Amino acid sequence: MGIYPLRGAWGERLEVITLGTTMNSSAPIPFAQQLAELRTYLLKFARLQLRNEAWAEDAVSEAVLAALAKPQSFSQRSQLKTWLVGILKHKIIDALRLHGREVSSSPSDDDEGDLLDTLSFKPDGHFVQAPADWGNPEQDLGSRQFFEVLEACADKLPATQGRLFLMREWLEMSSDDICKELALTPTNLYVQLHRARLRLRECLELNWFANPASQSLTL
Amino acid sequence: MKSSLPFMRTCKEASALMLAREDQNLPMQERLALRLHLAICAACPRFERQLLTMRSAMRQWRNYAGDDK
Repeated sequence: MGIYPLRGAWGERLEVITLGTTMNSSAPIPFAQQLAELRTYLLKFARLQLRNEAWAEDAVSEAVLAALAKPQSFSQRSQLKTWLVGILKHKIIDALRLHGREVSSSPSDDDEGDLLDTLSFKPDGHFVQAPADWGNPEQDLGSRQFFEVLEACADKLPATQGRLFLMREWLEMSSDDICKELALTPTNLYVQLHRARLRLRECLELNWFANPASQSLTL
Repeated sequence: MKSSLPFMRTCKEASALMLAREDQNLPMQERLALRLHLAICAACPRFERQLLTMRSAMRQWRNYAGDDK
């Protein structure tokens, strides 16, 4: 286990500690390098969730610093990654809490209009056109491109909707907890979440299910 | 518009209930009404399957969490 000082990609002094027994690898990847590689990935999610570059940078840096404080605890890269994602989630929740008012009040471009507009109903409450048959979802969910489309669609959500939706779906927070953390009324939260789900549904339909073969993003 | 019979729902109402169900618990009466509607409607079960697909997609996305290239 070699230890020597180094400047990390984000400026601070790092201890490089190579991990001892990485299987089938004669030259273990230094701990700091592993962190630097995972950082890009963590930033992608922090940005998607927080919709604010500075908050995302802060949350990721804090998570990385926490990992640097205990480099010996991770014998495998996958453990490190899981642990970092866990820490990052906490840091993101802290940021959302800290910026609560901004988080839930940025303007959304579809606050007007009927919640179910995108589905088109006749005046008697029937569908104008039945929803599309999405076919065999197992096949889609096995595709890497599907998740790229999903991420792009989530990214296209208006900021407030996107944050609240990802708090629910990525941070796995209960509706009650989200309301409490951000001082939202349940009605307000549900409206935003429902809009987010409808938008996401529409986006997936247009960019994936309508024509899974082409898989071209026209967002 | 709400139908006059207590357990009848239009497709629009049923869709709103299915969306609501993703984030909150529905009252018993609404759950029953929704189930009844889904049993007699051809279009709404498709919307239900779309929502279920999105639900599994989100679950998988959360876990897959952008595995390395």
